[in-house]
Formats: sequence, structure tokens, C-alpha cells
Amino acid sequence: MLRCHAVSLPLAGALLFCVGLLSLRYGVLGIDIATVWDAIWDYDRSDQGQVVVRELRVPRTIIGMLAGAGFAVAGALTQGVTRNPLGAPGILGTNAGAAFAVVTAIYSAGITTPAGYVWFAFAGALGATVLVYLVASAGAGGPTPVKLALAGAVVSALLGSWTAALLLLDLETLDQARFWLAGSISGRGTEEVELLLPVIAVALVVALFMGRQVNALSLGEEVATGLGQRTALVRAIAGLCVVALAGSAVAMAGPVAFVGLAVPHIVRSVVGPDYRWIILYSAILGPCMLLGADVVGRLIVAPTELQVGIVCAAVGAPFLIYLVRGTKLAQL
Amino acid sequence: MTQTARLCTASAAAILALAVVGLVVGDFPASARSAIATAIWDRGGEFDFVINTLRFPRVVVAVLAGICLAVSGALFQALIDNPLVSPDIIGIDTGAAACAVAILAIGLDTQWLPYAAFAGAVGTAGLIFVLSWRRGFSGGRLVLVGIGINALLTAVITYLLVRFPIERVSAAARWQAGTLSSSSWSDARTLVIGLAVLLPVAFLLIRRLRVMQLGDDMALALGVGLERSRLAVITVGCGLAAVVVAVVGPLGFVALLVPHVARALAGTLSGGVLLLTALLGAVMLLSADLVAQRLFAPTVLPAGVVTAAAGGPYLLFVLRRFNRAA
Repeated sequence: MLRCHAVSLPLAGALLFCVGLLSLRYGVLGIDIATVWDAIWDYDRSDQGQVVVRELRVPRTIIGMLAGAGFAVAGALTQGVTRNPLGAPGILGTNAGAAFAVVTAIYSAGITTPAGYVWFAFAGALGATVLVYLVASAGAGGPTPVKLALAGAVVSALLGSWTAALLLLDLETLDQARFWLAGSISGRGTEEVELLLPVIAVALVVALFMGRQVNALSLGEEVATGLGQRTALVRAIAGLCVVALAGSAVAMAGPVAFVGLAVPHIVRSVVGPDYRWIILYSAILGPCMLLGADVVGRLIVAPTELQVGIVCAAVGAPFLIYLVRGTKLAQL
Repeated sequence: MTQTARLCTASAAAILALAVVGLVVGDFPASARSAIATAIWDRGGEFDFVINTLRFPRVVVAVLAGICLAVSGALFQALIDNPLVSPDIIGIDTGAAACAVAILAIGLDTQWLPYAAFAGAVGTAGLIFVLSWRRGFSGGRLVLVGIGINALLTAVITYLLVRFPIERVSAAARWQAGTLSSSSWSDARTLVIGLAVLLPVAFLLIRRLRVMQLGDDMALALGVGLERSRLAVITVGCGLAAVVVAVVGPLGFVALLVPHVARALAGTLSGGVLLLTALLGAVMLLSADLVAQRLFAPTVLPAGVVTAAAGGPYLLFVLRRFNRAA
């Protein structure tokens, strides 16, 4: 087993490196790899290509990586702790909550920069997730997949219609918000990274060390208690991590769906059910999916761009349907 | 007189009262007597345009659309045996919206909009049904596939909204909120045709639905063809939802909410309860539309915003209680 990881872990790392390079290389302005290399190691301010890489594409790539890791690890933790194959931040209402909070901020406080949205998005994601979980976990049987998905869909629909009402009241708000609402990592500066990097870094480290506890929990409440685990405490810490990761990710990249759902499943199908590895690989492959989707979005309708959220949904929704049609759903 | 019959009579009375209020209330003042007179026997006269072109069709459309949505929701909830399902949650409305938004955002001839929306709704329903079919049919799978399709179509709408200039996008956003304010007699005619075809079938399907709720084995033993009945229920439910979304746009939460109220008042599904559901749907949409018109007058809100704003919190309450009971 360990030998297998000795091969596949460097492979995953190499994939991430390549996707990162592609993200620096491709865009509206074609820039060759040598210029990208120079921009990083031998920065020359007078070269336009290097300036574009340094000022636009490096922040974009970093944000894509952080947000991808945030979504994917949050999804992996949710799936493990709730024993729910559909556990993922987007399905649980984080995106709708963040969208509602951001649109409210644009409408009532006149905030217009992505950096200004950050805390509103974070708070909205937190509120919506807590609400969905409370609604779905009432009653015997706890939060089953169908209950969680429906509670998430209902809360999302509710927040969505309130968001729509605000957008209707004011044309300017609609014009401002529609690009953020699509889910995008372009046009972001380093400010968001500086604000959220500590949050996401701490949550990622904690999540990476929680693999063993999540393994026990994923076998069921009784087994975990029998193994001497304080399940309530583990759940609470995992919950905090999920909110911190998904909240920061949505604050940086906007409501991007399906990275958190799809990546842990892909990882699980390769490395098996051990959450110590699932969480680690999710942290590497999540950025690959988000950045990969972003690069595709830049190329597919060039010279304009397709927002990363749209590409992710176009790839992820068929994946969700495939998942639901499979028999694995009941087994997890 | 049974409880259900009393409730139905009360709902019908409420519809009449609300309809009169709908005729009288507005920016252009008209007394109750002259409003009713103009609408019914004294056509022509001072208020003819305001009453017979603006307010009367709007009231009629609200009643008919409310009936369609409520019955559609009741059928879906009985079929899937889950009180949290409705055509708008599983993406039927989003399918219609994707087509309608495409027409509005690209700037095509809006005369085709209702047909495109109808086609979008029916196509989405077919897609969900086909994709959730796997060696038979499961309600849970239908819901989850529906949520997936919903997300996909939402992405399509997002793309259209980002891609095109803000003036057309704003028209599309307005359509998406679901409004009754431009209702006409031809809208009412479309709804009447839809109801005339689908409502009797809905009542005929109730017996099968009740048997199916006893469980698949029991239903088979009693000679109910399961897959055929399910297909029939889904077709009728989607048809009703599709007609409404084509005529007035997506109106959230009516289909989800009204069957709950009817169930809480009168018990499990039967012919009488379905009738009550239909009448309550009309009551809810009529009152939502009145609130939408008058709350921030002269600014008119889309009725869909009111149904969602009022219905959502109640629904969360229902959801919690249902989960506790389950």
C-alpha cells in the first residue's frame, strides 16, 4: 500500500505542478513557458508578458489552488463525518448562503470589490450550512443523504429567490453581482489571499491530522465510540474545519459547485476508503480540478472567458448523476 | 357535511372574496360595485380597460395557475412518498427558465417564449425520468438526479446571464422571478386548456396513488401496473407545472407548500383533499399576487418573490417537523 503511494503521491504533485504551469501559461494573452519561468525566477518589470504573469496569473493561480483545496477537503470531511456520499459544501447550501450575503452587501452597503465581499460570503456560507444541517439532522436516522440533499435544495431555493428579489430591485446590483455569482477566480488580487490564507492553512493542517478520527467515524457512531473516541468533539472540530474551508473557498472563488463533491469520490475510487489518504489527495487534486476547469474556461470561448463555476457545474452535474445511478450510493 | 367539504366551501368563498379585492384594489380606484358590474354584466363603461384588460385576467390567471401548481405538487409528493418534493425543486422550472432566459438574453422573438419554456419543462422532465430509470424506478433517485439536472441547468442560465448585455439580462432576470402582472385572456385560455385535459386525469390517478402508497408489493398484488402508473403521474404532474411556467414563469414554493397545508387540514390524499389542495393553491397565489402588487406600491414585486419569501420559512418548519416524525 505504502509503495503505491510512493508512486502516486509524486504523480499527483506533478499533476498539480503541470496544471499550475498551464494556468500561468494560457489566457487571453498567449505567453510562452520561458517567459513564465522568467517571471517567477528572474522578474523583469519592462516585459509585458512577465507583468501579466506576475500581476494577474500568479494571484489567480494561487487563489484557484487554495479554493480548490478548500472545497475538496471540506467535501471529503463532510462525506466522512456524515457518512454521506452526497456531502459537499455546494449541495449543503454554502454557495446559496454566500451568494445571498454578497448580493445583500452589494445592494445595501454598496460594496463593489471582490476583496470587500470576502467576509460577507464567509458569514453567509456559515449561516446557511448550519441551517441546512440543523434542518436535516432532526429526527431519527440523522442526516440521511436524501434528507440532507433536500434540506440543502430547499434552503438554496429559498435563499436563491431572496437573492433574485434583490437583483430585480436594482439593475446596478444585478450588473455587479452576476459575475461574482457565476463563480470566478479572475480579477482577484493578493488582498483576498492575505485575508484568508491563515484561516484556510490552519483548517487544512487540522484536517490533514484528522484522518484517523474520520476513519473511525465513517464506520459509524457505535464503532467510533467503541474505539474510545469522543465522537461529539471530533464532529465539532470537523464541522469547524468544513465551515472554515468551504467558507474561505467560496469567499475567494464565488459559488463554485461540485469540486467538493466530485474530487473526494474520484480520490476514493483510486486510493480506497482510508480518509488519511483521501484528505491528503483531495488537498492536491482539488486544486487540479478547479485550476483545470479555469484553464478550460479561458480557452474554450477565447477571446472571452467562461467562468470557472460554469465549467465545474458542466462537468460535475453529469458526474453527480452518474454517482446517483451507481449502486455505491447506499454502501458508503 | 364533512370536514373536507366545509374546508372546500370556505376556500371557495376565500377565492371569491380575494378575487373581488383583486378587481377593486389598484392604482386606479374603482368601487367594489362598479368593479364587479364592469367585470360581469356591464362590460364597457368607465372602468372597462382597467378591469377587463388588466385586473380580471390577472385574477383568473392567478386562480388557474394556483390550481395547476398545487395539484402538480400533490401528485409528486404522493408519488415519491416524500413531502419535500415538487416540480420546481427537481428542476422542471429551471428547464423552462433555461429556454426562456436563452430567448430573452439572446434577443430572439419573444412570441416563442411560452412554447420554448413549455418545451424546456417537458424536456427536462423526460430527461430526469430517463436518467433516474435503472432497472425500475426509485423516488429517491429521481430527486437526486433532479437536483443534479437542476444544477446543470442553473449553470446554463448563469452562463447566459454573464454572457449578454445587462439590458436583456435584466429582462431575463425579471421573467425568472415569475410575475402575473402581464397576464392576458390568452394566458387564461392556455391554462384552462391545460387544466381541462390534465385535471380529470389527476383525479382518476388518485386511487392508484393511494394503492401505491401501501408499498410496491401490495400495489402489484392489487393489480396496479407500477411503472405505467408512475409514468402517468409524472406526465400529468409535469404537464401541469409546465403549462404554468410557460404562461407566468417560475413560481416557487406553491407546489411544495400547498399540499402540506391541505394535508395538515384534511388528512391523506383523496379526491376531496385533492380538490381542497387545488382551491388552496388558488387562494395562496391570489393573495401572494395581491401582496406583491400592493406591498411596495407603486413598485410591483413579482409574485414569485412573495410566494418564496412567505413560503420558505414555513417550509423549513414543515421540513423539521417531518424529519422529526420520520
